[in-house]
Amino acid sequence: MTQPILQIEDLRTHFFTDRGEIPAVDGVSLHVHAGEVLGVVGESGCGKSVTSLSVLRLIPSPPGKIVGGAIRFKERDILRLKEREMRGIRGNAISMIFQEPMTSLNPLFTVGQQIREAVSAHRGLGKKEARAHTVDMLRKVGIPRPESIIDEYPHQLSGGMRQRVMIAMAISCGPELLIADEPTTALDVTIQAQILDLIRRLNEENGTAVMMITHDLGVVAEMCDRVAVMYAGKVVEEGTVRHIFKNPLHPYTQGLIQSVPRMNEQRRRLFSIPGHVPILHTQMRGCRFADRCQHVMPACYEQLPELVELEAGHRSRCLLHEVKFKEDVV
Amino acid sequence: MSEPLLQVEHLKKYYPIERKWFGKQGAVVKAVDDISFSVMQGETFGLVGESGCGKSTTGRALLRLIEPTGGQVRFDGTELTALSAKELRMKRRDMQIVFQDPFSSLDPRHTVQRILEEPLIVHGIGDRQERQRMIRELTDVVGLAQSHLQRYPHQFSGGQRQRIGIARALSLRPKLIVADEPVSALDVSIQSQVINLLQDLQEEFGLTYLFIAHDLSVVKHISDRIAVMYLGRIVEIAEKDKLYSAPRHPYTQALLSAVPEPDPDMRRARILLQGEVPSPADAPVGCAFHTRCPKVMDICRARRPELAETGEGHLAACHLYPDTLQEDERIHS
Ligand SMILES: Nc1ncnc2c1ncn2[C@@H]1O[C@H](COP(=O)(O)OP(=O)(O)OP(=O)(O)O)[C@@H](O)[C@H]1O
Ligand SMILES: Nc1ncnc2c1ncn2[C@@H]1O[C@H](COP(=O)(O)OP(=O)(O)OP(=O)(O)O)[C@@H](O)[C@H]1O
Ligand code: SF4
Ligand SMILES: [Mg+2]
Ligand SMILES: [Mg+2]
Repeated sequence: MTQPILQIEDLRTHFFTDRGEIPAVDGVSLHVHAGEVLGVVGESGCGKSVTSLSVLRLIPSPPGKIVGGAIRFKERDILRLKEREMRGIRGNAISMIFQEPMTSLNPLFTVGQQIREAVSAHRGLGKKEARAHTVDMLRKVGIPRPESIIDEYPHQLSGGMRQRVMIAMAISCGPELLIADEPTTALDVTIQAQILDLIRRLNEENGTAVMMITHDLGVVAEMCDRVAVMYAGKVVEEGTVRHIFKNPLHPYTQGLIQSVPRMNEQRRRLFSIPGHVPILHTQMRGCRFADRCQHVMPACYEQLPELVELEAGHRSRCLLHEVKFKEDVV
Repeated sequence: MSEPLLQVEHLKKYYPIERKWFGKQGAVVKAVDDISFSVMQGETFGLVGESGCGKSTTGRALLRLIEPTGGQVRFDGTELTALSAKELRMKRRDMQIVFQDPFSSLDPRHTVQRILEEPLIVHGIGDRQERQRMIRELTDVVGLAQSHLQRYPHQFSGGQRQRIGIARALSLRPKLIVADEPVSALDVSIQSQVINLLQDLQEEFGLTYLFIAHDLSVVKHISDRIAVMYLGRIVEIAEKDKLYSAPRHPYTQALLSAVPEPDPDMRRARILLQGEVPSPADAPVGCAFHTRCPKVMDICRARRPELAETGEGHLAACHLYPDTLQEDERIHS
């Protein structure tokens, strides 16, 4: 196995609000290998976006703060870099597609100006070359009439077009890692198919590693090599796509996989996980999923299970596994 | 399931475009452009299509929450489009709507108790005590606790708020519920709770649903028959299994092929559509889909195909199917 290009270890990102301290990311460990697509899935509010923003050190502070852990990108310790060095990485070696395209495109600048800025800042291209390169990028992401779109403003574009402009910006510097935070959630399926196709080609043709954040299990099954499932600020299961879909080990993952209706089969009733996600606070004990779990045992409320490797590359965080281990040993 | 409870004929909703200093006078957005379908008693009829294709407008126009520009709607033997405002208010008891956004469809200043009681008061149902009993029953039915009644909407999770919305829609014991993306804003694990609830309630109360959604797997799960919309028009109607196993319209074919399946072993051939949906203010002449259709023919650019039978109750609006052509010819001759 090659060395991961991104390694997140025991990351803790908390928010300090009037309602107290919120452990939004509560000891997350993840890694992405060169050239691979890692999916990160989980319920709204489980900490997917905060994890990815932490990698780029874009957590709004206050109220947010990275209070623990380490993030290594190709042997560089991200959390120890100077802000100036960080700027050299952002939008260059690591780039990001944000969940909300409008919040990351500047409404006062044309499409061309924004991409050009990104390109010339990092590559030192001249004005003319930068424009040619920009038109090229726009064409690559399937934008029709790039020569005229380049002079339009973000609000003149449809959601799908804006998302493509974001992707053009994100790939214009040939990043080694692309973080895509729900890149297609706001889009229609036929447009989603175009964008996913684009990201897949980027991965296959340029070997760009991708961290793909989504709550759509269909997108995960289709795009990813490996998957990390998050719940309430923690990774509860991690494995290859086949592990997660064919042999899920954590009760939450199992419930999630069974909850989705499928087009190729008819079930009269969907499986459903009762209850809803807990409100995060720092005094939480035990398994975060205990309230909703079918297999809950008294110990689950007391003891936080470890993320245990049960087969090569397949880890799960559940006390059932530890019980089973003991039984196996006995 | 023999009688149609709802019959929609040639429904249209056009919005005038505000005239700027450029722009043509009298231009309109054809949000819903001449659609017809019927929904049987006890049936769940799904309405799918991409953002802006006119699903919500259809749902609202047929309930006359917005006034249709043209067409007829017959509901339970009554011509809705002919009713006066007062008669319509009475009829509203029988047809309710559940909205997509559980966060904005409930008045934040009112307790759940008040939210559920309001429709009963408006329609003069029961005395205070009787209403209390009905409300307690409703909260049970949708799986909320009695202690929730004194709380405000912001104190609930998304799934719980959607339950409140459903309880409110149920309070008048309607015959028809128009559910406009009732689960789209919810997480997968909560989505399945609400879908199961809707199905249980349908069985218990014999409800008829018009279920609007853009998630094709959800629609397939819950519906009996499904209509697919594109740019204000219905392009195909069929029983769900037929629609999914043998879609006729090239748009439906592309739409279905674009849905990623949550199964790493499934790899379907994907029809990638080029370009984007044209603006409904400027829909293409002829077949509205012709600018993106992989099978476009000359006639598609000239004539609008009618929604017509292609066999076994499977309707499609596409020139590829000769029936449609004949129908079209008859109309134009
Ligand atoms: N600026 C902030 N102030 C306070 N809390 C925040 C802030 N940003 C995020 N949080 C909290 O951090 C937690 C994780 O949020 P995050 O945005 O990472 O969720 P997510 O998994 O990306 O969800 P979604 O699927 O909805 O995008 C949430 O509970 C959220 O309330
Ligand atoms: N009040 C209005 N004035 C002008 N145009 C409108 C109005 N309401 C809706 N439209 C337009 O009518 C079309 C259909 O809108 P509608 O909300 O019915 O679509 P939809 O299928 O429900 O989409 P979504 O999936 O995004 O909810 C859209 O192009 C929309 O912009
Ligand atoms: S540790 Fe216990 S509560 Fe948590 S998921 Fe496993 S069985 Fe359920
Ligand atoms: Mg997010
Ligand atoms: Mg709508």
